[in-house]
Amino acid sequence: MLKKIVLLPTPPQRAGTLPSVLLNILMVNGFLAFICLAELLSSSSAHATLPAPADLHVVDTPNDGGGSLTAVWTPSHSDGPDAKYQVLVGEAGVSDPALLKVVAEFPANTRYVKDAKGAWWTRAAERTWHHYVIKSGKGVDLKDGTAYAVSIAMRSGDERIFGPVLQATPQANWFNWNQINNLVLALGFGALVFYAISHAKRNDIFLRRIPGLDAVDEAIGRSTELGKPILYLTGAHDMSDPSTIAAAVILGRVAKRTAAYETELMVPHRDPITMAVCQEITKQAYLEAGKPDLFKEDSNFFITSDQFSYTAAVDGIMLRKKPAANFFMGSYFAESLLLTETGASTGAIQIAGTDSDHQLPFFVTTCDYTLIGEELYAASAYLSKEPIQVGTLRGQDIGKAVILSVILIGTLLATVSAATGASWPQLVLDLFKDLK
Amino acid sequence: MIFLRRQLPLLITMVTGLVFAGQYYVPHPSSELLLTSATKWLQIIGGFALVLGVTSLFHQHAVKIRRQEAGWGYSFVLYAGVFMTIVAGALARGKENLDGAMTAFGWVYSFMMVPLQGTMFAILAFFIASAAYRSFRARSREAAVLLVAAVIVMMGRVPLGEYLIPLSGDVSQWILNVLNASVRRAILIGVSLGAIALSFKIIFGLERSYLGGGKE
Repeated sequence: MLKKIVLLPTPPQRAGTLPSVLLNILMVNGFLAFICLAELLSSSSAHATLPAPADLHVVDTPNDGGGSLTAVWTPSHSDGPDAKYQVLVGEAGVSDPALLKVVAEFPANTRYVKDAKGAWWTRAAERTWHHYVIKSGKGVDLKDGTAYAVSIAMRSGDERIFGPVLQATPQANWFNWNQINNLVLALGFGALVFYAISHAKRNDIFLRRIPGLDAVDEAIGRSTELGKPILYLTGAHDMSDPSTIAAAVILGRVAKRTAAYETELMVPHRDPITMAVCQEITKQAYLEAGKPDLFKEDSNFFITSDQFSYTAAVDGIMLRKKPAANFFMGSYFAESLLLTETGASTGAIQIAGTDSDHQLPFFVTTCDYTLIGEELYAASAYLSKEPIQVGTLRGQDIGKAVILSVILIGTLLATVSAATGASWPQLVLDLFKDLK
Repeated sequence: MIFLRRQLPLLITMVTGLVFAGQYYVPHPSSELLLTSATKWLQIIGGFALVLGVTSLFHQHAVKIRRQEAGWGYSFVLYAGVFMTIVAGALARGKENLDGAMTAFGWVYSFMMVPLQGTMFAILAFFIASAAYRSFRARSREAAVLLVAAVIVMMGRVPLGEYLIPLSGDVSQWILNVLNASVRRAILIGVSLGAIALSFKIIFGLERSYLGGGKE
């Protein structure tokens, strides 16, 4: 169709007569004059209505580490992609905004309070107001305790209208009120755990079976029958990691059993501090088992902090000593499969427990039993059956129920907010946001 | 003595635990400075602790050599490697390059450590293949589901697979973004709660076994 239209011959032009030419000239000139007038009118109309930024407030940015100021002002009817806002900063005492330095310029229909990361309880202005955080950079260096002059200008074309010049002083704050919800939730969860512990001291609490932990006795018994050692690894992290602490706590329980069965225990380490801590734990376990004479100082030994050197050394131990049971507790990286696959090739019974979710598939594939995620933390409770440990587990379970409920309610509220455009669900959703 | 062995460590744990838990909520530069200083302290303590580790390592291998246990020759290799690297490092003042030329220390790192580490990492490919072979045998319903999901994801992650089965790319992304991500998040929620609960127990002295067990 298009091809047909393009190929149609154009009709021959007729030579115009004088009156028609004059008429044409008049019409064209009149049209051009009309356009010019319209442009002039619209331009003068825009200039006449370009307003100065109103209700400007400049304050120290709340809840931060200092070195920044926040400016908020009301939106105007001229806000649009063609108009721009300019943020101007200078030394204190300057009253002429033209002497201030432009540190930012952005379209007038952007940068609103609702786009800022803060929670609703720390907002300095209405959601629809404009909001800009002035930080050091672009030729301005904001120092805490020094006052600065700040103004906002609106620019459209060549015209620029200034708002008032205000003074503000940046300061470092001692508390981030955006995170108060985080603190309340953490304290609430802590209180819940302590309540659950006190409840567990008075009542029996059911613990579901964890096959991986039931197999601990089986693994130690098998090692004893075969007269082979047990290999226990505490993971790649140091003692500052909760998973390493959990691994060390479980080591205490395992060591107690190995002491009772008089089975050799080998614990190679990647971190010297973890080694020192585990030596103490193992020693105490042998004391509690009534076999202090069987404790060997060098059952816990250091190899290296290097990932693959450590892996090669442990693989060598597996192939030479052929332990009958391998325990992989704690946090692991790429070495997980190298360790467990070698262990599997020696025929050892293997029990893993890790919170490294990215390594779980490898452990599940190559080990006989795997403690998935939180089961690593539950292991201590399961093995000891102490009320403190069991109560903690109950607290965690209630915490999980709360989180599940929050996810469900949050999903519903977010859907309602998106479907209806209502802003009230955000009041609830912000309560469970991690705001920095 | 019991104060030094038991109560003082618990007190230090509680005070530092509460201070650094609170530090998270304080944006003031002093708070950052405190954290930075503590991190440096940890590094210094870690440096001293390395002496403990190296002593343990040398002791282990000295015993092996003395008893002539299986593979005791490797212990000699370890001693030789450690001393040669220390000498090379001392001569090169710990630098891999001096005046634009590679030092012996740099040579040890570039032509021994790096290839050895690369070799260990490369072995992973073969281990993944053997582990995958064992797990993907469809011996049960769960293993069959695993096999099907793995094949779809593998096909969707390589250009040839997506060329042969065009739908595999989208299905693979769906498996990773919806099924896999939701399960991972569930695990992470459990892990986080477990870690927080353990931290509470340690800070308030309810969990003491990391100090060497005992209930006194």
